[in-house]
Amino acid sequence: MSAQAKYTGSVFPPDLVTGNPSFGKVTNTICEIVEAKPNFTWAAAWLLALSVLGLLGGMIAYLFWEGTGIWGLNNPVGWGWAIVNFVFWVGIGHAGTLISAILFLFRQKWRTAINRFSEAMTIFAVICALVFPGIHVGRVWAAYWMLPLPNQMGMWPNFRSPLLWDVFAVSTYFTVSLIFWYVGLIPDLATLRDRAKSKISYYAYGLFAVGWRGANRHWQNYERAYLIFAAIATPLVLSVHSVVSFDFAVSIIPGWHTTIFPPYFVAGAIFSGFAMVNSLAVPCRKIFGLEDYMTVHHIENMNKIICVTGTMVGYAYACEFFIAWYSASPYEAFAFVNRAFGPYAWAYWIMISCNVITPQLFWFRKIRRSMTWTFILSIFVNIGMWFERFVITATLHRDFIPASWDYYTPTIVDILTFIGSFGLFFTLFILFLKFLPAIAIAEVKGVMPHADPHWSGYHQHGEEGEHHG
Amino acid sequence: MAEKKDWGVIAQFENPARLLEAVTELTEKGYKDVESWSPFPIHGMDDAMKLSGSKVPWFTLTGAITGMTIAFLLQWWTGKIDYPVVIGGKPLFTWEYAVPVFFELTVLLSAICTLISIFVLNNLPKPSHPLDKVPMFRRVTDDCFFVTIESSDPMYDTEKSQTVLADLGGTNVTLVEE
Repeated sequence: MSAQAKYTGSVFPPDLVTGNPSFGKVTNTICEIVEAKPNFTWAAAWLLALSVLGLLGGMIAYLFWEGTGIWGLNNPVGWGWAIVNFVFWVGIGHAGTLISAILFLFRQKWRTAINRFSEAMTIFAVICALVFPGIHVGRVWAAYWMLPLPNQMGMWPNFRSPLLWDVFAVSTYFTVSLIFWYVGLIPDLATLRDRAKSKISYYAYGLFAVGWRGANRHWQNYERAYLIFAAIATPLVLSVHSVVSFDFAVSIIPGWHTTIFPPYFVAGAIFSGFAMVNSLAVPCRKIFGLEDYMTVHHIENMNKIICVTGTMVGYAYACEFFIAWYSASPYEAFAFVNRAFGPYAWAYWIMISCNVITPQLFWFRKIRRSMTWTFILSIFVNIGMWFERFVITATLHRDFIPASWDYYTPTIVDILTFIGSFGLFFTLFILFLKFLPAIAIAEVKGVMPHADPHWSGYHQHGEEGEHHG
Repeated sequence: MAEKKDWGVIAQFENPARLLEAVTELTEKGYKDVESWSPFPIHGMDDAMKLSGSKVPWFTLTGAITGMTIAFLLQWWTGKIDYPVVIGGKPLFTWEYAVPVFFELTVLLSAICTLISIFVLNNLPKPSHPLDKVPMFRRVTDDCFFVTIESSDPMYDTEKSQTVLADLGGTNVTLVEE
């Protein structure tokens, strides 16, 4: 009895949009962010991001001029921060399409508030990721050899190589995410076109809105197409990081050659992706006054996903150790003992603390619903997931012959290139916040109770509701 | 002095429920070229308009088959015919190693064809439309709901169609010219 009396929540899920705004209010709130004149804070933030992007450009130019010798790579560790950063950014790029595709198929309507935002994050993260394989090849003028293009040498790429699968996987993922994002944007671009005050914005939004006017015959095809995008993007999300993990798992390096890698990488990618969504969403909802749309409920749901996937990642770490022992392979066992207690133990334990311990705090409802905690813990997860990829890559430092063992340290160029990639990410993201609606307007309207023609409010006074014009 | 032709008539409805009722009534009366315009898709409208299923999946299927075929031909022809290199004593082509690229190109071409289907089936891009001349229609992407009867409908009549829309509860009934 007392337990029942204590329970104050409703058995129904909380409202997806709080404050019960009208459709017009939804349009206004979201469009006004885009239509307002850029203020000082926005300009300052963007210029800061742009200058960090300049740093990336400088580092890449230096790399092209000088060659990969300016990085910290050495003989056993032939893969350094370039692959670490690539996997880190691709991983972050998993949340967006997961939210837009998998949660769509599962009819998780809360996705509407965050899908536009996180899809944009996905696209920009994948752009950052694509920079690294593009520049790390050493002879950049031959980077196009990654693509199956006819050439006068009569050569073709080796389709047995997981690195080539990666080219196909990541470029497909990028293209499909971009198409998915654009299709979702069409009705909202039409909204911005119809509200445009200046000729330039009218034509710019109008061009990309391709003459969308909300006819039901159009909505029918649109909705069907959206469902199909979700259906084909769902296996795609799961496949991208599986293929990325093949880069490691298909090799015969102890510590890499394991079948757990694909699912473990996918769980880790979703984990880091949602953490990044929260790192961005928590400040943005506050700055732009979107608390009624990205509610505490939304943030809490994402924290639950972080908790689940973080636990899966923790399980994978434990399982790797078990298999290393169970395999009875001394090389396999050494690789793992060396990770936890060798020269890179510091990195390993940063990874464990950030990825295994941190998400467990989300079992507490108070922490899940606290914006401060969410933000701090999401940063921890981002750090932890970067270190996970570093730990995996640094496994190379003690290979089969002790004579060739070495310790890998990044150079200042490695570090500045990585920092510079954040400049690229934020330059694009801050532009997105200014020029495109950060929340899917049409979709949010569609999940509000009065969007349903059978909503009880329309039928209580259905008789006197008839107007004659 | 070319005579101006009717494009059709438009009326505004208060909310999704009234919109759905109006369209249901109109199609039951036998109107064919009725269209509902709304800022978001309305649940049940496809049935109310008696629309047949969307043709989008056929585009997707075409894309999927094309993608799969390209992926097979690319890997088989480059590996076995044009550039046969024996690597580790393995056969020149086996399907197992080709699976990731099969999958990726199938998905890629499916997505591109689905995108094309939105343009082709909806007859987009459509930079201008007779309804653009109706000032209130600008709010169709905001919070207004409209029904139109086009002059191509066999039952269309300039006067009668306007009365029908008004009787169904439509406000701001307007005649739209070509």
